Amino acid sequence: MGMTITEKIIAAHTDLEEVHAGQFVYAEVDICLGNDITAPIAIEQFETLGLKHVLNPDTIVLVPDHFTPNKDIKSAQNAKVLRAFAQKHQIKNYFEVGRVGIEHVLLPEKGIVVPGDLVIGADSHTCTYGAMGIFSTGVGSTDIAACFATGKVWLKVPETIKFSFQGKLKEWVSGKDLILYTIGKIGVDGARYKAMEFGGPVIEALSMDDRLAMCNMAIEAGAKNGIIEPDSCTEEYINSRAKRAYKFYSSDDNCSYSDIHTYDVSNLSPQVALPNLPENVCPVEDVSDIKIDQVVIGSCTNGRISDLRIAAQILKGRKIHPSIRLIILPGTQDVYLEALKEGLIEIFINAEGAVSTPTCGPCLGGHMGVLAEGERALSTTNRNFAGRMGHPKSEIYLCNPAVAAASSITGKITHPERIV
Amino acid sequence: MKGIIWKYGDNVNTDEIIPARYLNTTDLKELSSHCMEDIDPDFVRKAKKGDIIIAGENFGCGSSREHAPLSIKHFGISCVIAKSFARIFFRNAINIGLPIFESENAAIEINEGDEVSIDLDLSKIIDMTTKKEYSFSPFPDEMKGIIEAGGLMEYVVRSKHFKT
Ligand code: SF4
Repeated sequence: MGMTITEKIIAAHTDLEEVHAGQFVYAEVDICLGNDITAPIAIEQFETLGLKHVLNPDTIVLVPDHFTPNKDIKSAQNAKVLRAFAQKHQIKNYFEVGRVGIEHVLLPEKGIVVPGDLVIGADSHTCTYGAMGIFSTGVGSTDIAACFATGKVWLKVPETIKFSFQGKLKEWVSGKDLILYTIGKIGVDGARYKAMEFGGPVIEALSMDDRLAMCNMAIEAGAKNGIIEPDSCTEEYINSRAKRAYKFYSSDDNCSYSDIHTYDVSNLSPQVALPNLPENVCPVEDVSDIKIDQVVIGSCTNGRISDLRIAAQILKGRKIHPSIRLIILPGTQDVYLEALKEGLIEIFINAEGAVSTPTCGPCLGGHMGVLAEGERALSTTNRNFAGRMGHPKSEIYLCNPAVAAASSITGKITHPERIV
Repeated sequence: MKGIIWKYGDNVNTDEIIPARYLNTTDLKELSSHCMEDIDPDFVRKAKKGDIIIAGENFGCGSSREHAPLSIKHFGISCVIAKSFARIFFRNAINIGLPIFESENAAIEINEGDEVSIDLDLSKIIDMTTKKEYSFSPFPDEMKGIIEAGGLMEYVVRSKHFKT
């Protein structure tokens, strides 16, 4: 029997010729990621083993991105734990403030993760890197502690659901809309424990930034990983960035899928997910005129340069609505710098938006834009659970950067075509 | 394991189990003092050590924060029963030694306030209030190794699959 791309990458990281869905394996890990929330627990756990050294410091990446620049004393203590561990074990992929960005924007951009890798991260959105033909999955702190010591992870090989997107996308419709639409179809546990493999002509025509946004939200359907077969777009993205040799895998024709969904998305509108689950999805037209208080553009889903370009295209020469607070978070320092060079930051500031340093910030209700009771945000982030961005009685609507920018001008959820 | 049931619905997420505003600490006592806070603000006042949480589909969905199962475990909850668990929560629970059981019928039929006991040898959930019994899905053998060791760090030390 043939193998899916997910099965092939997992097999390549074991001493087995073949693996198939349902099999339990101990796999070698190429890159193992922790952040300022999850790594402190992992470090405590690692220390219980009494080892002097981590197995291989070059496989470990530590990204203090959630509460940094430190929002309070406790966060500063946690960041200090990472810093000290990185120094002690000579972990070169540790990113200090001024160099740090949101982990899932940063790792692809720096070429730290490469096609064919097996990556685990103590962060649920580690599934993002599947966009580059990587098997990449979110785990917990104890998993990465074990990996620091042994370089390995236990895995059950997932079944794969194939999603084929047919047709051609309309203007203002992006990878974010494809994934919201898909989650709306299958539900927040529609791919629980499974791999979501995205393909078809629409995906082939999609930019890497859009592919990353799609795979980022595979976890929002409960998936173990999202994955896209690498192609010329992948090659173009990675060849100047890769820090190591990489390998392209693809699914065999005779591999086995647990399900295949084919969607014609030619008529798809920008999508909006209503509170309090990412599956509560509808076309933007159905919710226009819902009043909002805050707009957030950024995060590991939509904090890349092409996201900021689209937002700037809409905001250029305009001012946001007087009752709106617009917060824009470039995903990394490089994204920030590029936006500066292209004049995007000037556009945002002239539009009266606030531009923040790269951080997760408001995405998880951390800092830099936490919501008060009864407030409503429209956000390009990935989760709209009740209270995720602040007060338990605040609301989040999810959308793409174009809808977010257009809505910041009108103060209500708005289709970009009504502005431009 | 024996305790009083606290019952919740589908898709209880990790932001509800332990909100991100408390993730600036790893102190287990502090984390457990906010256990279930955003789905049930009274939980830590009304629940007692040994009690059992029961829920619907996809319990623990959302973030990978191990703080969620840790806050439940260190509050003293003896186990969580659900129709199904989100996958990262599932592996975190196994890895830190928080007992979890998947049982659709138990999750539907057992009521809040019932007294329930778990018989591990017979793989049975027993509702002592209604006198009904339910079975739960057994763990794959490989996972049993981790569970029997008491968690992943203990397993790493003794397993041939992980060399340190
Ligand atoms: S941007 Fe949001 S979803 Fe992404 S890693 Fe940060 S907190 Fe998590």
